[in-house]
Amino acid sequence: MYRAVVGIGLACGIAIVMVYELTGPIIRQNKIEMREKAITKVLPGATTSAAFRLNQSGGFDPVPSDNEGDDLVFAGYDDNHELVGLAIAARGMGYQDVIRLLYGYSFEKQAILGISVLESRETPGLGDRIETDPDFLRNFGNLDVSLTPDGAELANLIEFVKPGEKNDPWQIDGISGATVTSKATANMLSESSARWIPTVHPKKEVFQYREGVE
Amino acid sequence: MCPVLAVTNTAKNALAMGLATAFVLIMSNLVVSSLRRYVPKQVRIVTFILVIATFVTIVDYLIQAISLELHKALGAFISLIVVNCLILGRAEAFASKNGIYRSLLDGLGMGVGFIMALLCLGVVREILGSGSLFGLQLFGEGYQEWIIMLLPPGGFFTLAGWLLLFNWLAKRRERRANSTGKESIS
Repeated sequence: MYRAVVGIGLACGIAIVMVYELTGPIIRQNKIEMREKAITKVLPGATTSAAFRLNQSGGFDPVPSDNEGDDLVFAGYDDNHELVGLAIAARGMGYQDVIRLLYGYSFEKQAILGISVLESRETPGLGDRIETDPDFLRNFGNLDVSLTPDGAELANLIEFVKPGEKNDPWQIDGISGATVTSKATANMLSESSARWIPTVHPKKEVFQYREGVE
Repeated sequence: MCPVLAVTNTAKNALAMGLATAFVLIMSNLVVSSLRRYVPKQVRIVTFILVIATFVTIVDYLIQAISLELHKALGAFISLIVVNCLILGRAEAFASKNGIYRSLLDGLGMGVGFIMALLCLGVVREILGSGSLFGLQLFGEGYQEWIIMLLPPGGFFTLAGWLLLFNWLAKRRERRANSTGKESIS
């Protein structure tokens, strides 16, 4: 009896590993292509991008754009090689599973310009409205993440409010029917922006266009 | 019922979910049927679920390799194919008692039926909810979308509509059969 279960379990394990090995490189390539698309979506006007990795001394080193990891930021450039802004990744627990998204940060406006969901297993028709609901997406047209005068931290942390109760530019209106997912989105943006914006903002020069970084 | 109502908000999602379920159904039927002599009765359900879960994981990777957008649209419901009663039901009721060829045919028949059922829901919901079919716009700018049809209640409404239609057709056929029966007796 045990022999049958162990044998079938082993065969199933081998089959899964084989398919994982076969599809792994294709899935990785798909994810990189999706990320490239997301960068141009969250940074309106950007046509090319370059990846930078946060190093241990708090600086940023250019890395090839197929790199992966949570310590990467992506600079977006327009056709004239002018820096449009930075695309930064954020992740957090949603209703079903971890949500990964990318948001665009503008140095000039000190604001978030847009978001793009990279990975989500939220309920179709409900939680996935964070990607499609026009009212919710309007929150990110110019979401304030300006720094305090000394540049040490955000002047106001991003806040989640109930639908229709947004009064300040750093607040995010939730979605009724998808409260957990929209709140999770606001929380992950709040945490990520509080961590990244004070780090990247003073180093704008590092992200300027240079040949060969794309 | 859960994925049936949640994922069928567009015809494309319905077709993808139907194909994924049909693949798992056919493959698990084949494997369960070919292993039926070697699996002791006491552990058969565990092994069936193991086999089904393996194929669901494989389908999950394949969909990610084909299209990440589609994978995102189907959300958690790909993993939930594991608990679809149809698959375990056919494995237990048919594949574990029949040969490979008959199990393959059973899987194909059931799979195609499931795809058709999901498409029936997805097509109606997409046409009414988005005014499109497989992403192609059917109506002009003035079309007012029935947003509720894209939300889970729309799934219930569509399902109820189809059940109403089929019950009415069945009743009508029954009435006609009865009336022709009476005529032939008289």
